This record gives sequence, structure tokens and C-alpha cells, in this order.
Amino acid sequence: MSATTDAPEVPAIPGIPKAPRVPNVTLYDHLLRDKHGKDYREIKVYETAGGYKAAKKALKMGPDAVLAEVKKASVRGRGGAGFPAGIKWGFVPKDTDKPKYLVINGDEGEPGTFKDNYYLSMDPHRLIEGCIICMMTLNIETCYIYIRGEFFDQINTVEKAVEQAYAAGYLGKNALKSKMTLNMYVHTGAGAYICGEETALLESLEGKPGQPRLKPPFPAVVGAFGCPTVINNVETLTSVPLIIEHGAEWFMGLGVERDGGSRIVGISGHVNNPGLYEVGVGETLYDMIYGPGGGVLEGRAIKAVIPGGSSCPVLTPDELDVRMTVDDMAKAGTMLGTCGIIVIAEGTCVVKCLQRISHFYAHESCGQCTPCREGTGWLARILDNLEDGRGRQSDLDLLLDVADQIGGNTICALGDAASLPVQSFLKKFRKDFEAHVEHAGCPFEEIPLPVWRKP
Amino acid sequence: MPRAFSPHAATEVERIRSRYPTNLAALIPTLLLAQKEFGYLGDDALSLVAETLDVPVTKVIATATFYTMLNKEPVGKFHVQICKNISCFLRNSDAVTRELRSCLGVAPGETTEDGLFTLTEVECLAACGRAPVVQINEEYHEWQTPESMRGVIDGLRNGATSNHGADV
Repeated sequence: MSATTDAPEVPAIPGIPKAPRVPNVTLYDHLLRDKHGKDYREIKVYETAGGYKAAKKALKMGPDAVLAEVKKASVRGRGGAGFPAGIKWGFVPKDTDKPKYLVINGDEGEPGTFKDNYYLSMDPHRLIEGCIICMMTLNIETCYIYIRGEFFDQINTVEKAVEQAYAAGYLGKNALKSKMTLNMYVHTGAGAYICGEETALLESLEGKPGQPRLKPPFPAVVGAFGCPTVINNVETLTSVPLIIEHGAEWFMGLGVERDGGSRIVGISGHVNNPGLYEVGVGETLYDMIYGPGGGVLEGRAIKAVIPGGSSCPVLTPDELDVRMTVDDMAKAGTMLGTCGIIVIAEGTCVVKCLQRISHFYAHESCGQCTPCREGTGWLARILDNLEDGRGRQSDLDLLLDVADQIGGNTICALGDAASLPVQSFLKKFRKDFEAHVEHAGCPFEEIPLPVWRKP
Repeated sequence: MPRAFSPHAATEVERIRSRYPTNLAALIPTLLLAQKEFGYLGDDALSLVAETLDVPVTKVIATATFYTMLNKEPVGKFHVQICKNISCFLRNSDAVTRELRSCLGVAPGETTEDGLFTLTEVECLAACGRAPVVQINEEYHEWQTPESMRGVIDGLRNGATSNHGADV
């Protein structure tokens, strides 16, 4: 089932080189099934809709065929880094005396990202089925689903679903009437964005502060409890039953070459219809914002778009005609990230936006590497000065200098995530920063934020 | 503060411990359990967790002080946590924060004198499509405006529990 969105009025966007076009976006409901009016949290409902058939099929296919199918489907990791999932699975050693682990990253928490929230709260069996297929394929006995601690409801939902899967014989001893034992546990975080970084997540799973590990060794070889470990994002594994059920060809066909499938795009900020939308990989940012997103509040023009979560370099209105694939976004000088689009309307102070983002990274820095621990605080305080009217012209270069010293000089990617927004905002909106110095404070203070209504 | 887990919680600790190959791995779930049981994680609660899991107390402190959800100080009966990050900010969470400050009479980081409410500003709660978002104890309140927020607070103040609070 698919539906084309109603085309809304498209306002002219200053700076867009060609005439604004009517967005044409096909929405899917393979992953995002919230409009079905069914409670997929219940195993019976899930099974009636074809659930757990893919796990049975995978058992018949055998590990080699399943791995080949997942590789062929070219599903890129949905957690932000975009690493091909099949290749990641292939890194796990086949012959090892040690136990192997599957760890699911459900520590969603980058501003603008809220897709895994849906799977965990509304469709937990899909995730469990994806985990089962992965465990059967790689001969893994134990799986931990790591969910951020703030998600109380989602934790309960997934725990209940895991219990149901045990009772139905999909998990436990002789799972799916095979010789395998498959154990699955829900593990809760306790509030730390950094635990979304895969090695910090492993530290957290082991009961320690979430401080990332140096790589190599990579988790596929030395992961949880010193053993080979696969770490996948929630959405990545939720896509696996679809690949097995319909085949890699079908899955790939939803997306583009080297970036297969459909995925859930989240749109937040100044749009008329914020929310989650499932589309094939490769729709453009422009189409997503003016199609399903419903355009900008109050018909305002776009000032800036953060395309994939707060760490992704910001784009201007003339840069939105870009396909949302890992490679296309990289070519455009930004990142696809988690497909969490944040739309910022004209009239909004981008310095204030960056201030919020920089405070986020200052708060979430784990404190392990000096450039990040000290630098993220500097960035946040310099931006405070600019907003509060204490800024100096030299602060602009100081911001860049500090950001340059963080990026690339830390154990994990949080350092880059903190510096990329600063560098890109300054590059694209330098005039706004200068205006804060000249104006001795925020020149946008008097302009109200767009008014929104609950849809 | 009690010096022991309740029988129910003690059973739960054993269940948690059985899931992992090491005792240390059971630490975060056990700390969350202790927080639920004792309200917050004071020194004696941390010692109790260390003894129960047979883990050095220094490791317990290192972990307990790293995570924002683990409260080392008492919090109000209702812990009101408002997201201030970008997606919420764009939909004017600042106005909701101002309303909370005014109707609770406290600044972020403070607890009301009657011990009912603690106000905290937090980073992303991963519900950006329904911003602004406020978490009160275990429940999310989405699409908040100053008016709806005041209604929620009044409802809680008037004796409703957080789990059955006004859902706006």
C-alpha cells in the first residue's frame, strides 16, 4: 500500500535557482504502520499480519544465504554512520570459542531524531524478529536490547513483547523448534547521549560510565564482555525481516543503488506537519519538507535546514535539492545521519539555534578527551556571550579555532559532532554572527517564533 | 533511608543479575531499581548496591555520577523535565519553561518548598515531532503550550498522581 501526498501550495523560496516544483513523494507503510489501526505490540496481531514468517524462512534458508541476502539488499546502518549492515555482520569471526553477542542500539537521543521511538513503542516484534534472524545467521546466543532510560513506556513495551516471544517459542531453548538457544534481554540506559556511540554503549552495558573505547579492536572482534559483538541500530534490524520476507531485490528497489530500502524520515521544527514519514531512500530534502512536511509555518521562507540530526552540517534554502542518501548528502557537504530533518524558518536566530546545539554537546561530552571536554564548554560559553551582548568580533574566529581543535582530535565522533555545526553555521551565516557583535546582543529578539497548531 | 532492599526488589535484583556474565553489568539496572525504591541515590543506597552486587563502591560511584537520570539528591514527588534543545526551542519551549518557573515559583534545578515539584531543563527526549516535550516522572507530555502546561501542573497539584495526570 502506498499513497502520494497531497501537494500543498508551494511558496517561492528566495535563492532557489529553479522554479519551485510540486513535491511528489511516495509514502510507504512497510515500516511505519501506525495508520493501520492495529496494535502490533500484541504478538497475535503481529503474527496475523505475517509476523515471524521471515524468521522461519531464514531458518530454512540457512546462515550463508541469509547473510548474502542482507549484503545484497545494501541496507546502510540507520543509526547515523551509514555503514553497510551486511558487511558489518560479515566481520564477526565464525570460528571462536568465545560467546558472541548481538547488541541493539536503542539509545536514541540526538536532537531531531525520533524514529526508533516509533519502533520501540509501536512495533517491538519487528525488532525482535530482526534480532532473531541476525542471531540465527551469526550463531549468536545472547542479545541485549539497549534502550535509553527515559523511554519508560517503550522499555515496558519491548519487555512485554520479549516475554511473548519466549512464550511463543521464538526465543529460549530450541527456539523455532531448532537446536538453537536464543536469549534476549532489555537493558536500560540512565541518561547519557554518548551511549549511542557503539563502544560507549558497550561500556554502559557492562555497568561503567559511557566512555568510548579506542578502535581497533572493533566490537566485531572485541565487543561486549571482551567477546565478538554485532551492534546495530533499532531501525537497521527492523528492516531485516522485510529483506528476508520480500527478498533483497524488492528491498533494494525501494531505495537507490548502494543505499537500499525505505526508511523513516523525521521532520521537526518549523513545518506544518512535523512527524515521521516512511519513504524510499533517495527522496530530496526539498520534497520531504514541502511534501509530507506540509511546508513552513505561517508560509515563511526557510532560513536553514539541519538534515539528519543536530550534528549534521547546516544547509541553506538553495541547497535542499539533494537526494537523501548517505553518498549524496556527503557530496553536498553534510550528512544523512538519522534522517531527522530540522527546519528553521526565516526570522529565527540561527546563533541561538547553534547555542542550543553547542550546549547539548557540552552537556553530553563524556569528559574523556581534553579537546572535547574543554572545547565544547568554550563553544557554548562564547555563544552565550554573543547572544547576551558580550560578544567581540574576535569571538567568531575563536569559535572556529576551538572547533578546529576538537574535530578529529578525539577518541569518538562526538568531537566532530560538536564542531561540524559550529563550522557550518559560521560559514553559512557569518553575517548573523557579526550582527550580534554590532548589535551588542541578539538582533532577532523582537521577531516572534512562528505560531504552531497541534495537527 | 532503609538499609536493605524490599523482598520484591531483592528478587528483582537477582533476576537482573542472571541476565549478565558479570555482576558489574547489573549495576545500572540495579541503581535504577534502588532509585525507584528509595527515591534517590544517597551514600547509603550506593553502598547497599555495592554490597548487593559485590562490586567496589568506587565503581558504583563512578557510574552513578555519570548518568543524568540517577539522582544523587532528593527530587520532588513530581520531577518536571523540560527539553530545551533545538526542535523544542523552535516550537517555543522557552515560553513553557517561563510558565513553569512562574507557576512553580522555582528556577530549573530547584525543588518547590512543599517538596512536590523539581524543575529540570534537559537535553533531547527523542520526541521532536511532538515538540515541545516535557517528561514528568515516567510520562511524556507532548505538544505543550504555556496554557496546557499550567493545566498539567494544576492537575498534579490537585492530587492526581503522575501516572494518571492530565494528558494534554
